[in-house]
Amino acid sequence: MRVGLFVTCLVDLMRPGIGFAALRLLEAAGCEVVVPATQTCCGQPGYNSGDRQAARALALKTLKEFDGCDYLVAPSGSCAGMIRVHYPTLFMDDPTVLESFQRLSERTYELTDFLVNVARLENVPGSFSGSLTYHDSCAGLRELGVQAQPRALLAKMPGVRLSEMRESTTCCGFGGTFSVKFGDISAAMADKKCEHAAQAGTDVIVGGDLGCLLNIEGRLRRRGDEKTRVLHIAEVLAGDG
Amino acid sequence: MQVSAMHFKRKATESLRNAKLQKALEKLQSKFVDGRAAAIAELPNFNDIRDAAAEIRARAIENLDQYLLRFEEEATARGATVHWAENGDDVNRVVADIAAQHGARRIVKSKSMVSEECGLNDFLESRGLDVLETDLGEYILQLAHEPPSHIVAPVVHKSKEEISDLFVEKHRRARTTQITEMCREAREVLRPGFLSADMGISGANFIVAETGSVLIVTNEGNGRLATTLPRVHVAITGIEKVVPTLEDVSTLLRLLPRSATGQSITNYVSVLTGTRGKDESDGPEHFHIVLLDNGRSSLLGTELQPMLRCIRCGACMNHCPVYQNIGGHAYGWVYPGPMGSVLTPTFVGLENALDLPNASTFCGECAAVCPVKIPLPDLMRQLRNKQTERGLRPWQERVALRLWSWMAQRPGIYALYARLAARALSWAGGRKKRLHRIPGASGWTKGRDMPAPAGRTFRDLYRSRRSS
Repeated sequence: MRVGLFVTCLVDLMRPGIGFAALRLLEAAGCEVVVPATQTCCGQPGYNSGDRQAARALALKTLKEFDGCDYLVAPSGSCAGMIRVHYPTLFMDDPTVLESFQRLSERTYELTDFLVNVARLENVPGSFSGSLTYHDSCAGLRELGVQAQPRALLAKMPGVRLSEMRESTTCCGFGGTFSVKFGDISAAMADKKCEHAAQAGTDVIVGGDLGCLLNIEGRLRRRGDEKTRVLHIAEVLAGDG
Repeated sequence: MQVSAMHFKRKATESLRNAKLQKALEKLQSKFVDGRAAAIAELPNFNDIRDAAAEIRARAIENLDQYLLRFEEEATARGATVHWAENGDDVNRVVADIAAQHGARRIVKSKSMVSEECGLNDFLESRGLDVLETDLGEYILQLAHEPPSHIVAPVVHKSKEEISDLFVEKHRRARTTQITEMCREAREVLRPGFLSADMGISGANFIVAETGSVLIVTNEGNGRLATTLPRVHVAITGIEKVVPTLEDVSTLLRLLPRSATGQSITNYVSVLTGTRGKDESDGPEHFHIVLLDNGRSSLLGTELQPMLRCIRCGACMNHCPVYQNIGGHAYGWVYPGPMGSVLTPTFVGLENALDLPNASTFCGECAAVCPVKIPLPDLMRQLRNKQTERGLRPWQERVALRLWSWMAQRPGIYALYARLAARALSWAGGRKKRLHRIPGASGWTKGRDMPAPAGRTFRDLYRSRRSS
């Protein structure tokens, strides 16, 4: 099957390694992976800031770019949620393209969801040794039902000891532009996440959305924690740490 | 109640620094969040009940006019008088007139958030009437001259020590911090108020179209005293509280206390129907029901209509990580949390509550716990759209977004910019690979570092790997 990798703008700019890890995982699952070269952003900043027009323009662009793919897979529950859940609502009043967006929606998956439920990845290519805790990012969890999938994949890695933290499903405070508009509240929320992770007795925090990971890591470092590593689930599943 | 929603950010920051408040909020969270989870777990068919509850509320709102007229007809037939109020001032005037009509001077009140919308207490006091709040939390706030910070637990922001100090000052009795002692003290102070009152004011959790009944759920029993002892009872509520039948109410009651406080049922459920009958031993001689619009009907037929389903359980605020961190006062009006972020701009004007619809990470937990399935993040997003349409967002934000979307639609320029940004930020990140300050994003860097980018974008690396 032909899988279009939606890299996400954050991964492209900040941590390309996550994109390559996703690529490796999809290939390990037997997929033919294409990376449409002109992809940029899913449109979420505009969509959530009241600029529907911008969001619609980017949605149409994404639709076209992934036209020839059997699936669209993103290493982010937030971007996958945007495409899967919100694109169709953006075009409810436009029957000429609504159906295309519904078809795209049905083909769109968050990475771990896709690996478990569609590609049925058996052998996780990476290796990891030690304990880690998993933060459930909001959009993946509540819009796409991503919760068991990353844990199922981690369970296939013999060296991984998953140590669940308290309130793993509570928002870390990122929220896109929220983190800049309401920095104080956002940092306070991140603080709690850092504390809960520390209480889990591990120094590796893993999640499925880079936005959350930057937020958590940024707060950890400002608190003076130089030790705790914050990793994307794809980096753990495909890496050699 | 005064609207101060425009000071959201400043008040939120103050709340974050208020150690006492933070402690109180932690307790609230563990009590209400864990409590709800346990109470919901008791119900094997919770999702079915939730679907049914949402359907009942949606049906009531879709046929609001019919059910309200039916309610008026049934309530009137049982001796009550129904008054229609367009706004808070109307409510205040109607209630003052009712008091004058019946020669009432001493008023006891059971909890009513709608009366907070109207600023009823201040108005009645300005007319020379005695008003005594009898819900323990509301009574404490009346003593302290403070607004509620939560719709179910109004005094959650105060510690028992603060309340103890307040009681010493106002009651002039020996200080105690034993909660049972403090409750007894409040009861002793309130009891003569009930016995001497000639008018009782309550809110309503539901009004029932088929019987003309007003239904209230309480835990302290004060609601029952306030609505049955005085010779006049005035119930004030919003027009959206109507429910077709008692059977429907019984479905909603399976969810309301569970969602609100984690109780399977409240200590009291009072169904108040009509005035005292000939052979009845209690109930008021006069029963007035004041139904307030205050902007509610303007939501009908709009994308915000689902908000009218709200049954005011407060689960959205209890579970909101923003509310959990800042409490209710920062929201600047009667309804805090996600519910307030939709209601306040609607009731007091979008331009008077600019931050509220934006004060959410859209984590979705509010919608996930709402017993009547209100898609709160979607509604907040609608309000954000309206802010943009009406040009209410700051110009810097508009320019930044426009620039972003312009570039994101031009892959060549976007790639170039991303390449430069990745390099520059990576260089600026230095040896520690992180940024302490980013121009234009001080909101982020004030409390956090920004991990620096790796240096090259995915698209550049991918292309060079493919060509090698």
